[in-house]
Amino acid sequence: MNMKTPPVSLQDRVSPRDLGGHILRAGFFGPEAFFILADGQILIGEREAITPHGDAILACDCDGKRIVTGGDDGKIIETRADGASHLLGHEQGRWIEAVSLGPDGAAAWSAGKKAVARDGKGQVKSIAMPSTPQGLAFAPKGYRLGVAHVDGATCWFPNTAAEPETFGWKGPHLDITFSPDNRFLITSMQENQLHGWRLADKGHMRMSGYPSKTRSLSWSHDGLWLATSGAEAAIIWPFAKDGPTGKAPRECGIRPAKVTQVAFHPKGLVLAIGYEDGWVMLVRLTDAAELLVRAGGDGAVITALAWDDDGKVLAFGAESGAGGLVSLPL
Amino acid sequence: MTTQNQGSDKIPVTVLTGYLGAGKTTLLNRILSEQHGKKYAVIVNEFGEIGIDNDLVVGADEEVFEMNNGCICCTVRGDLIRIIENLMKRKGRFDAIIVETTGLADPAPVAQTFFVDQDVQAKSRLDAVVTVADAKWLSDRLKDAPEAKNQIAFADVILLNKTDLVTPAELAEVEGRIRAINPYATLHKTQKCAIALDKVLDRGAFDLERILEIEPAFLEADDHHHHDHDHTCGPGCTHDHHHDHAHPHHAHDHHDHACGPECDHDHAHHGHKAHKHGGLKHYHDEDMQSVSIAHEGDMDPEKFMPWINDVVQKDGIKILRSKGILAFKKEPKRFVFQGVHMILDGDLQRDWKPDEKRVSRIVFIGRDLDTEGLKAGFLACAA
Repeated sequence: MNMKTPPVSLQDRVSPRDLGGHILRAGFFGPEAFFILADGQILIGEREAITPHGDAILACDCDGKRIVTGGDDGKIIETRADGASHLLGHEQGRWIEAVSLGPDGAAAWSAGKKAVARDGKGQVKSIAMPSTPQGLAFAPKGYRLGVAHVDGATCWFPNTAAEPETFGWKGPHLDITFSPDNRFLITSMQENQLHGWRLADKGHMRMSGYPSKTRSLSWSHDGLWLATSGAEAAIIWPFAKDGPTGKAPRECGIRPAKVTQVAFHPKGLVLAIGYEDGWVMLVRLTDAAELLVRAGGDGAVITALAWDDDGKVLAFGAESGAGGLVSLPL
Repeated sequence: MTTQNQGSDKIPVTVLTGYLGAGKTTLLNRILSEQHGKKYAVIVNEFGEIGIDNDLVVGADEEVFEMNNGCICCTVRGDLIRIIENLMKRKGRFDAIIVETTGLADPAPVAQTFFVDQDVQAKSRLDAVVTVADAKWLSDRLKDAPEAKNQIAFADVILLNKTDLVTPAELAEVEGRIRAINPYATLHKTQKCAIALDKVLDRGAFDLERILEIEPAFLEADDHHHHDHDHTCGPGCTHDHHHDHAHPHHAHDHHDHACGPECDHDHAHHGHKAHKHGGLKHYHDEDMQSVSIAHEGDMDPEKFMPWINDVVQKDGIKILRSKGILAFKKEPKRFVFQGVHMILDGDLQRDWKPDEKRVSRIVFIGRDLDTEGLKAGFLACAA
């Protein structure tokens, strides 16, 4: 990515929006930004809000084509760019804990002590888990679901009879992600650390030193770096060759406030960082140059960051309902 | 120090325990149906018998997580962390949270969740553990159900319910048995859980600012017999307090605490110890007991802090609850702490008053406590 004479601040390029409620997630359908709110609203572009669950949204995932939400009504609903919604599943009387988008129209969710996968043809499979899964992620290759739970993670091919593969590590595991090259499986944990396994031989990696939980993880476009929240800087682990074992992470955007969100640019080594005090910054990994997007002051905890496909516009959102878009001077 | 998370912003959480059939659901229904203008989020294990209009009811699975931090009794309720995290995203929808546990649950993981999980701690506060006990059956359950004993030992408030089903002699017996385990909880005798809600809710039992006295309760605050003294917090109570969260395995940040606008306490027994002991029989429970140690004078914090940390690290499994009010040498303020198993929470509180005797006192409630060892250890910390 080539930034022409980078200004110190991009604040004059920000169009703020007050959305009035806790923003869970931001994203883009082409050029149109969308925001998903905890109170149940999905706001696409300037269109009127839709509320597929009627009430609260507890979990959500999205890509450039669809949004999948899980609500306290026990329903899992897919919403497309045109605003049309349809039901993927219904776990009667349950809160939906986690949802994830998969390949070819697939989706997964968890409620109670089970994980459920639904492929693009509508075939639904479920698997019992030792505890309520808190994190779900599909592998970058094949129809394979990674599930984070207490005392480890499980990788499962929903459409085969093969036994699910378990990756053990004591303690409660929260979020989960596969490296884009499908060599590593990483979870965040209740004990303020990350745990990783090499998928090939289940070799362990411990990434610790965080003062709080890591709840935001983002891979760089080349798959060589994993940015994480939870410290007073974005902690970026190197995943080239054998992974981060024995290597120190990069620390970017060091400030006296905890990082709550991270989002790598889709095309370059630039990281968007959101903080607990409402600040948003961009940091270029190659030379650590920093650009200010939003100077907090209002104490809005940043809870959502997302780039459009080209990496020209960044959407951000906060717990307070403060949201906005910033267009980059490219 | 952080200033954004002051106590008053935090949502109070009341934990409702009690053995099967004691009357938890009756109390819950009473809380929810009374006209109080408050909205509750209720976390229950089974849906069904509670009727709610404006309140939010959430089903929970009681998933107890063992933390992988080397602390063997560091268990938390994983489901509670997730539910509270989600509830907090709906500001303005409710004023307080009530967690109903199953009849067989140990209250410790619930309580510990509020001290171990930072996100939960930042947005909510444990108000009190309220235990409903069945006057007719509790004595039997204390013999055969360790869960029932845990629930009594852990309680800040006990509702001795169904008193209409027992004779006065039986009532005295069960009360004596409760007191043998936990002489510090406020005890109310009720029928059909009929009680004023302010006796159950907003107790501030885990609020260091509100731990004023830790005298054992010989006289009961039943509903015919109040000895309440109102305490108002002085203007001197708005200063910063170091809120030292001395967990053996964590380093915690300092917090600021400001005293709430209403600081009145149900101070039922102060100055009334000279009254008869309510005709209470004195029992000795075989494995669960309380130990109270006092020293008429100052303690040396350099000795006391390492000692108390060592005690809870070594014997934290056996110690269910601990509390203390201490006079530290050359310190004008009272040091107050409370603990749940291995987790300690301590803070410098208000100044000792001029007419107040600087007495250092600690209490422990637990199983097979080494009374003599604790006494010797504590007294060795005298300044």
